[in-house]
Amino acid sequence: MEQKTKVNAENDKQEIVITREFDLPLELLFKAYQEPELFEEWMGTKVLKMENKKHGSYAFETSHNGNVVFRANGTIHEFVPNQKITRTFEMENTPFPVQLEYLTFEKLTDETSKLTMHILFKSIEFRNQLLQMPFTQGINMAHNRLQEIVNKLK
Amino acid sequence: MNLRRDVFQAIADPTRRAILLLVTSQAMTAGVIASNFDTARPTVSKHLQILTECELLTQEQSGREIYYHINAKKMKEVADFIEPFRQMWDDRFNKLEAVMKKYKNK
Repeated sequence: MEQKTKVNAENDKQEIVITREFDLPLELLFKAYQEPELFEEWMGTKVLKMENKKHGSYAFETSHNGNVVFRANGTIHEFVPNQKITRTFEMENTPFPVQLEYLTFEKLTDETSKLTMHILFKSIEFRNQLLQMPFTQGINMAHNRLQEIVNKLK
Repeated sequence: MNLRRDVFQAIADPTRRAILLLVTSQAMTAGVIASNFDTARPTVSKHLQILTECELLTQEQSGREIYYHINAKKMKEVADFIEPFRQMWDDRFNKLEAVMKKYKNK
């Protein structure tokens, strides 16, 4: 089965390209990034600030059991609805330098769309270090999905 | 015992992931690590114990202090780590899709 989300990281480049095709119209896909309430819902985070405009900025934090465990922020350089977002991304209280992200939104059909996230790192070493960090939230996410399904059965 | 599964269980907890992020920059004592969290000190100690048991952290005695380091040996080659990273994004995007489908049908 072909994977819906693909990650391409070439050995000798300080970048990652993530692509994903969605079973959603382009406008809905973009809205998931534009509306703070929706962004909070799918990212499982709290939006502290989201100024969707050139030279605007954003910040969000993720808590667990009442403790903040992750904070990130950045500046928006380009914000073109249903087309692209260019922004920086910085994880607070970590040694990782700021990274540059190019998000491209494309219409495939009336009901499907594609997102390409092109992320540039300060160096190949930092990119590899980030990939090697045991970030994976897969287990928690799987639990969340299970919870959703269970709730629907109620 | 399945060691790999233990590692994944260890990092399933957000506080433990935050601890790993914290000590990536430099080795730290339990006290310094705990000062970065609102969590009670014994809870942080428990997290450190779990991370040490599954070898994601190593301890080094320096005088009277014990410093915690990230265990580089546990860190794999890029290729090995793309899959968990991809899985993380796949989960996020699946969630995005589910949230937006629900939103559309409102």
